[in-house]
Amino acid sequence: MQFTINGQVHEADVDIRTSLLDLAREHLGLTGSKKGCDHGQCGACTMIVNGRRINSCLTLAVMHQDDDIVTIEGLGGPDALNPLQRAFVTHDAFQCGYCTPGQICSATAMIEEARMGWPSHVSERLDGDVILDNDEISERMSGNICRCAAYPNIVDAIREVAEAGA
Amino acid sequence: MSAHVITMDAPVETSLLDTGAQGIIGKPLDRIDGPLKVAGKAIYAAEQDANTLHGVLVGARIGKGRVAAINEAATLATPGVIRVFTDFETFARNPQQGGEEEAPTQGVREIAYVGQPLALVVAENLEAAREGAEALVIAYEEEAGAFEREAHAAECETPPDASTPAHSSQGDLDRAMADAAVTIDVTYTTPSQSNAPMEPHATIARWDGDNLILHTANQMLASCRKQMADALGIEETNVRLIAPYVGGGFGSKLGIAPEAVAAALAARELGRPIKAVMSRPQVFEATVRRSDTRQRIRLAAGHDGRLTAIGHETLASNLDGEDFFEPAGIATHFLYAGENRSITHDLVRLNLTLSGSMRCPGEAVGMLALECAMDELAEALGMDPIALRKANEPERDPEQDIPFSSRNLIACMDRGAKEFGWDRRDPTPGGRREGEWLIGLGMAAAARSNLMQRSAARVTLRRDGAVIVETDMTDIGTGSYTILAQIAGEMLGAPIGRVQVSLGDTDLPPAAGSGGSWGANSAGSAVYAACEAIRAKLAGAMGASPGDLTLKDGEAIAGNRHVRIADLIDGDLTEEGAIRPGKTDEAFTQAAFGAHFAEVAVNAVTGETRVRRMLGVFAAGRILNEKTARSQCLGGMTFGLGAALTEELVHDIRNGKCVNHDLAEYHVPANADVPQQEVIFIEERDHAANPMLTKGIGELGISGAGAAIANAIHNACGVRVRDYPLTLDKLLPGLPPV
Repeated sequence: MQFTINGQVHEADVDIRTSLLDLAREHLGLTGSKKGCDHGQCGACTMIVNGRRINSCLTLAVMHQDDDIVTIEGLGGPDALNPLQRAFVTHDAFQCGYCTPGQICSATAMIEEARMGWPSHVSERLDGDVILDNDEISERMSGNICRCAAYPNIVDAIREVAEAGA
Repeated sequence: MSAHVITMDAPVETSLLDTGAQGIIGKPLDRIDGPLKVAGKAIYAAEQDANTLHGVLVGARIGKGRVAAINEAATLATPGVIRVFTDFETFARNPQQGGEEEAPTQGVREIAYVGQPLALVVAENLEAAREGAEALVIAYEEEAGAFEREAHAAECETPPDASTPAHSSQGDLDRAMADAAVTIDVTYTTPSQSNAPMEPHATIARWDGDNLILHTANQMLASCRKQMADALGIEETNVRLIAPYVGGGFGSKLGIAPEAVAAALAARELGRPIKAVMSRPQVFEATVRRSDTRQRIRLAAGHDGRLTAIGHETLASNLDGEDFFEPAGIATHFLYAGENRSITHDLVRLNLTLSGSMRCPGEAVGMLALECAMDELAEALGMDPIALRKANEPERDPEQDIPFSSRNLIACMDRGAKEFGWDRRDPTPGGRREGEWLIGLGMAAAARSNLMQRSAARVTLRRDGAVIVETDMTDIGTGSYTILAQIAGEMLGAPIGRVQVSLGDTDLPPAAGSGGSWGANSAGSAVYAACEAIRAKLAGAMGASPGDLTLKDGEAIAGNRHVRIADLIDGDLTEEGAIRPGKTDEAFTQAAFGAHFAEVAVNAVTGETRVRRMLGVFAAGRILNEKTARSQCLGGMTFGLGAALTEELVHDIRNGKCVNHDLAEYHVPANADVPQQEVIFIEERDHAANPMLTKGIGELGISGAGAAIANAIHNACGVRVRDYPLTLDKLLPGLPPV
């Protein structure tokens, strides 16, 4: 089977039980996506598949023929951080760093969801523009657990980038 | 190389961090490991080697008994499976506690709790190992176990003294209670909690001849190296632990865990590297929990609020053969005045996951009881909670009659009250309502014993002014990389970008590791000592005294001379430094202090609690990096929020099985649970603590945080629940009619 990861076409021949997360971590050397629970409960494994954020531990690699997959490695390297990665550093939006790639991938797709006007549980209205204020960001990022609890800094980092791009 | 050793036998009058010219110490600098972490390029234990076999642990399905037989046939018939490893003598029954030098409890034929690792199934890939593990058939001989604290409370025993005495008393508590104008006698309970670091416990074990190399998720490498050597019966010099990045620990990675021992044994047998990563349920079941507690608090006071007596009795639980007890009364010894005191800890033996250190062992749950009881006393007296605490501010340690090394609790409370708007609190519960929400404010004190451990570091100053720091200290998210760079850079005149820090490898000088909030104090002081030795050499080369030497941006200034470091040294200048605790440990009571403030909204219809605001004000000596220290406090405050409202590890009373062994059912706070908390640091220096004049910060933020929330809930709705977590079902019966 074949798919695109971070702009590169990859071919793989893996066990049909291999999750997309394990494909990246164990077979492609892309260990930026983290395994925190393997149950779709923590969000550390979040990848962006065809533009949408998903828990890559909950999907099998063989389900992604021809898909366009983006992992943290596709967003920016240590010497070429993108604005969101840079904001995470300046706002200290992480401590141990283990949930961080998932937080950043999740936030990347989340900002797009807001731009498309998708409402959340805390949105006042179901239609119209979404303003990513603290409550909206907290709500939309609650699928990504951070046990170090950098939440206030994560919110600040995302809000800064969302506002700059608005 | 002989190390320059600083022993804390007397207070340090002047710190070189106060006279440095580089101007980077204390500054809110970005983490130097930040770019790697946000790019997914920080490499954690299970990611260190892609070409390994995979091992999956199999845990016991009964709570007490023994293994009768293991049938490997189905497992071995699974394609890809190589071997089933069982070693009833050598496998670790449970992790070791932090700082111990001996192996964890070994031997797994006898089963002490559900989830106790019994075997490691090794296969060519993860999928096969997992299927093989599922297929393993284990027959048991089951016995009756003990799974409930209260059912076995009468059989409790007094454990040996540890970080705090198991039992201590002075004066006559009962008499003081009988004589007092106002008394409080209340019992609080806290459930088992799980450290739940985001990175599961993981080890890659590889043998190179007689040498064992472990890439492992671990907080304290130097002592764990000894533990592992002892577990395998090999020399410490044959064991190397590597952990440059650790995905959180919170106490659960202080000692070596069962997967490390199993992987090491299997890798030796097969002659190939083995990766063993615990599943999330195994992290809950087979690593560490914070013990459940029952805490009786007794307070006796006059009408003026002055305490005449404090009693704090704790009943906690642990496995047979494990001495650790949750030291819930540890801060009660010194937090408030009062001449009659009794603080006790007893232990019930239960067949549950090992209880051990979880972030801020002791104060984290002890303050949930003590600081709420103080709130109850304030209400009974009709006093403001802050005024009550001020009335009981001791001038010296109330038990040992020695001075505090530094203590700014009152300053923290005053600053917090001002910033938070404490004067707007209505002391009558239920007095403020917005629609269907009842609004309340609460506060609590924070206190955390300040600790330092032996630690060593090597620092190299290169001719071009660059600095290299090396120690086996870990950075588990605490900011070690960054603050060690700031210390060395400040002392040796290097901008932060010119300091390289290597951590997490037992080939480097042994450090204290990350635990007990002592990491920065200990490893930082070792770096300080090494830098002091380098400064002495440089001063000698300039013919100046070290006190007259100023280093900045790769240049040295003394007297009227101003030279480049390259002109002073012929090659790299390398020194080792070490710190040792000394007489200031005994001469002073050392602790960091703070004050928590919380505003909550309790839904009058559903009983749901939302935390609207949290402020923590802390005095913890010099702050080495305002940004990372603030993050430590945010993390602690959120642990406190979890303890108050959401976290409870539930055990099946029939067999002790951890019922909610995953992150969907064990509720660590999520983003939407946590408001935009605020943190303020009070300027302080602690001259008795260490040459940097710092105190630990990693756990102070949790101490009292949950109590402030609980007190705010009471203020909001008038309901006082003494059984944590304070979930809506417990509040509903007491809420006023809608």
